[in-house]
Amino acid sequence: MADKHSPSAGILATLAWRNLWRNYRRTLIMLTAIVVGVWAMILFSAMMRGMLDEMVQAGLRVLPGEVQVHHPDYQDDPSVVNSMSAPKGKLLQVLNTPPVTAWTTRLKVPGMISSERDNRGVLLLGVDPAGEIALGFDPGDIVQGRFLESADDKGIVIGRKLAERLETRLGKRVVIMSQNPYNDVADRGVRIVGIYRARLQATEELFVYTSRALLQKMLEVEDEISEVAITADNYEHVDAWWRDIDAAAGPDLDTQPWTVLDAYLGSMYEIQGTMNVIIMVIIFIALSFGLVNTLVMAVFERVREIGLMMALGMRPQWIMYQVLLESLMLLSLGLVIGNALATATVLPLESGIDISVVGDGLEMYGMGATLYPTLALEDMLMSTLIVLVLGLLASLIPAWRASRYNPVEALTKT
Amino acid sequence: MSALSCNKLTKTFTQGSQTIKGLDDVSIAIAEGSFVCLSGPSGSGKTTLLNAMGGLDTPDSGEILVGDMRVDQMNKSDLADMRLHNIGFVFQSYNLIPVLTAQENIEFVMQIQGIPADQRSAKSREILAEVGLADHEGRRPAQLSGGQQQRVAVARAIVSNPTLVLADEPTANLDSVTATQLMDLFAELNQSRGITFVIATHDARVMEYCRRLIKMEDGKIISDQEQPGRGANV
Repeated sequence: MADKHSPSAGILATLAWRNLWRNYRRTLIMLTAIVVGVWAMILFSAMMRGMLDEMVQAGLRVLPGEVQVHHPDYQDDPSVVNSMSAPKGKLLQVLNTPPVTAWTTRLKVPGMISSERDNRGVLLLGVDPAGEIALGFDPGDIVQGRFLESADDKGIVIGRKLAERLETRLGKRVVIMSQNPYNDVADRGVRIVGIYRARLQATEELFVYTSRALLQKMLEVEDEISEVAITADNYEHVDAWWRDIDAAAGPDLDTQPWTVLDAYLGSMYEIQGTMNVIIMVIIFIALSFGLVNTLVMAVFERVREIGLMMALGMRPQWIMYQVLLESLMLLSLGLVIGNALATATVLPLESGIDISVVGDGLEMYGMGATLYPTLALEDMLMSTLIVLVLGLLASLIPAWRASRYNPVEALTKT
Repeated sequence: MSALSCNKLTKTFTQGSQTIKGLDDVSIAIAEGSFVCLSGPSGSGKTTLLNAMGGLDTPDSGEILVGDMRVDQMNKSDLADMRLHNIGFVFQSYNLIPVLTAQENIEFVMQIQGIPADQRSAKSREILAEVGLADHEGRRPAQLSGGQQQRVAVARAIVSNPTLVLADEPTANLDSVTATQLMDLFAELNQSRGITFVIATHDARVMEYCRRLIKMEDGKIISDQEQPGRGANV
């Protein structure tokens, strides 16, 4: 026998498409469920992506630089004794080569700040103002006064919340204090030349900006620095280039990407994709019950017709393909409409959603008062893949059942 | 040469605690180009025999040969292929696929045979004209009368030139005029194309057309005789 032939794909497609619309109400209900499911998957992913992006951006904005180079012991003991020389040689060469777009050096030590009314523990940042701005510090965040103007500016810039805590204000003098490499207390009286705002109150309370030269002089460390901060303007692709910096910095320095420097953000970023997939799968599993029910009903209503097609010479596997094709058409239609609807919903929201009502609660996660959903092609592709794969897997049950009918029993079914 | 032969076929069904013999040691040979009727009361086994001949159902024991192919030893896919290429079926009802037009129903068999579209189209139009439905190619089954539906079914059964057409109570749902027209068509196709027809029926008008009348009762052949009919004389 074994006369090998395959049916024209056209007849399977014609049958699948026309059968889909035999009970158009049922098909429309199922189609609506798929559309809503796909829309929800993509919208949820866009919100999650926007939320995480906000958290990472906010984290990186605190002290910009997707990659930082430190003395090997600095992370364990961030004091001035664990400082290093300014970049030179091979490291300097790599820092001035793409994809690096900007870099700067900082002297960063724990210290105290005292006003005439109160004092606080802070992190003193000796910075090069131009370098910080190139790296991402926004001068627009200065709400009173000005930012530092040069690498040897004599003033300091403190956060809005810190000023409130110290009960001080712009123009007042405060004393900053830390420990120099000789274990002596080093202090200096400085004038507040600017007050900045940050997305997080904790940031406003913690970071105090001075010029790098001022802090180096106060701590008697000449040209020593605590860190080199480097950016390529794309935190998502840091893995592609941070090892080049690491190699150039050599074994005597410790080079780390932001995912390691901020382990919480790093792990959030790592698990985001998995989280999205899990949520998508949960949404679709709920949907798949409806899909299986729809197909089971559709097959059950056509038992005699399936028997007839088998009697006429249609192989069992072709019956299965036909039901699967019917499911594929329904899923594809739902995906096209769902993706289009999600795009139409998310794109206008990309300019931001005001979530200030719950803003305080979200601040602990590093989020601001505005959420910026981000439509990503990979989320759309992932939801499409999940819907197609799981949908066809779910459809295998009714398709397999249809192909198992005995032609005689099917033809006599009432 | 035999178009079809069955040797010692048995088939039992279970209904509750009762075992019913659908076929009881049935042997029969049908020559090519015959016009045969299987008759008998309901439950006599004529449909069971027809289904076994067509590979729609498998007997418990016995041999079935269609041409030189052992039907009783085939798997489901081979049976499907055998039906596709060798046998045309006409059933009592529910003969057509509701979502396809008359022409598409006729082309259905050719499509699963993989015949190119232009050949399919030409052949289906030719056969529609032959069964008197040249102007009905775009109509769906629901838009056709019972007689027209059976004509489309006959057209589909013969379109791929099968050696054998099996018809199960083809006139049961038709009025007498339409039934006569359908049987005239069967007889004409039998004579003009030499197609072997085996028709299960208990309609006396249908039996008048047959050259060979096989009577069944309780799963057994109780008589098998030649008669003057309107089918081809083989």
